[in-house]
Amino acid sequence: MAKNKTKSPASIGREQWLRFYRQMLKIRLFEEQVNQLYMSAKMPGLAHLYIGQEAVAVGVCEALRADDYITSTYRGHGHCLAKGAAVDKMFAELLGKVNGYCRGKGGSMHIADQERGNLGANAIVAGSTGIATGAAMSAKLRGSDQVAVCFFGEGALGQGLLYECMNMAALWKLPVIYLCENNLYNEYTHYSETTAGEIEARARAFGIPTESIDGQDVELVHKTLQRLVERARQGDGPSFVLCSTYRFHGHHVGDIDRAYYRAKKEEEEWKSKRDPVKLLTDKLLRLKIADPKLLQKIENETRREIEDGVQFALNAPYPDPDEVDQHVYA
Amino acid sequence: MTTKQAALIGGSAREITFGQAINEALAEEMRRDPKVFILGEDVAEAGTPFKVLSGLVKEFGKERVIDSPISEAAITGVCVGAAMTGMRPVVDIMFGDFVTLTMDQMVNQAAKIHYMSGGKLKVPMVMRTTLGATRRSAAQHSQSLHAWFSHIPGLKVALPSTPYDAKGLLKTAIRDDNPVVFFEDKMMYQQKGSVPEGEYTIPFGVADVKRPGKDITLVATSSMVQVSLKAAEILDQAGISAEVVDVRTTAPLDKETIIASAKKTSRAIVVDEGYERYGVTAEIASVIADGAFYYLDAPVKRMGAMDVPVPFSPVLEDQTVPTPESVVEMAKTLCGRR
Repeated sequence: MAKNKTKSPASIGREQWLRFYRQMLKIRLFEEQVNQLYMSAKMPGLAHLYIGQEAVAVGVCEALRADDYITSTYRGHGHCLAKGAAVDKMFAELLGKVNGYCRGKGGSMHIADQERGNLGANAIVAGSTGIATGAAMSAKLRGSDQVAVCFFGEGALGQGLLYECMNMAALWKLPVIYLCENNLYNEYTHYSETTAGEIEARARAFGIPTESIDGQDVELVHKTLQRLVERARQGDGPSFVLCSTYRFHGHHVGDIDRAYYRAKKEEEEWKSKRDPVKLLTDKLLRLKIADPKLLQKIENETRREIEDGVQFALNAPYPDPDEVDQHVYA
Repeated sequence: MTTKQAALIGGSAREITFGQAINEALAEEMRRDPKVFILGEDVAEAGTPFKVLSGLVKEFGKERVIDSPISEAAITGVCVGAAMTGMRPVVDIMFGDFVTLTMDQMVNQAAKIHYMSGGKLKVPMVMRTTLGATRRSAAQHSQSLHAWFSHIPGLKVALPSTPYDAKGLLKTAIRDDNPVVFFEDKMMYQQKGSVPEGEYTIPFGVADVKRPGKDITLVATSSMVQVSLKAAEILDQAGISAEVVDVRTTAPLDKETIIASAKKTSRAIVVDEGYERYGVTAEIASVIADGAFYYLDAPVKRMGAMDVPVPFSPVLEDQTVPTPESVVEMAKTLCGRR
């Protein structure tokens, strides 16, 4: 019996591995481009980069169907792309252009993509926990088997809405997964200074099963989510996943001088040892799922997609000024 | 409802309470549309402390009349999410004071989502809650906070003053594709009025002249409509003919009807139970000043709740809101009769 074969992951096929790679790379390159756009003053507003956390968004969304729901956060580009959003319409939205996802009215922090179940990024910390729980409730009331994933950062653990929602979800066995991305920092403050006790204990107190996993390992995130999504679909109720991860950049693009709240050494360690894209690349090569040539091909294709997307957005028109008072009411 | 309205609808005359009118509107809409459900505290068997929802759980079951934890923020947030994904929730917030706990979900989420998504997402939900003092319920159970929501683009705000309006406006609210905040005066639940048997709705943004008059206009909302009608009766005996305009919805606001009435009578008092400062009365007074300035014989006056937390002691509480007598006094002053 071939030993190495039994070691290779049984449930993840080659196409899926390559998709992980493509999607994670897309987020990474997209975000690097966002950084460029912002630094060159082409992008208005704020930019909260997701770089470093790609394995979470991709591992989760690859376990979802197109009609499953997600809600996202102000650090949400990765979630949107992982759920299937198009690069060009994303860039257009970031630049406030009319062919962006929200006709330029939402911007970076509010991208929604209804056709792919993305109910929107949210600039209020924990603000979307109600929406995700409500989408799960709606799925249950409508008798559909859709599942909702509620992405939030560990900063949202400070807000009561999350706990009110988890209580309801547990009581009513709603098909919702609370997905906490602990990137260690509530904006500029280490979570240990803001978060008493044990994180998972919060969900356990409601009788919600919890998982605590390495968020840099896309395979682990994916397999965990596959299991929990299936559980939710079967009507067994909510679950809570704590993903340990790290944002490589600051709270937002302008947060460059970070020495006062986190050590350069810590950043370097995560970047060199815990980079999810690098970890996946190494794994694909080690397991001979892909050779360097194939990975380079995927990278080239992805780079082209990003470049085309940026060009599309830069050339796209701004909304007609008359649009300002449209869409206030449906 | 006026006799003319009843004749137009062709329904048989029938007297039911304000509470029954709300109950009927909900029952009819739930029968009509399986997407409508109710979520709130003590809404099922208890039918709310005001008994407005009595019997609904029997007909529609606990799947559609759902008792929630005491979690106003989550009740509201969950309904925002449900509304965005194909349902038409009706949120029940027992006392209007508790809307404070729902503000992020109403103001930052429900009101913004349609606009922020460039018109792609909709939030068709209704939040029913109460307003009104004079129940001796003290400062945390007596406020009228409708001005807060009227301030926010993306929200609609309805304030019925009669059983007829309550039923017609609530049906419209449930069918509206936008978040609607629906304020019911808790002192009014037992008040009876004529409501036809047949189906009808009342469009938003259409004020109703509850009583025609020629000397002064009383523009009123919710509880203050009845107060203004009583004031108008007293004024009538003093030889002053007061027109009472019920705005019915503050967002959208029917500026035309208000301005037309002020032009006709040349004097106006705006009467509302919200706090006076920065309140609904200020907005309506400004509408009148803008639209009818050259027709006015006196400055527009505002009457609202006193700018104090509502006190418990009856002697104190009664001073804080406009009464028929205080409206009469103001009207007489404005008409130069004192």
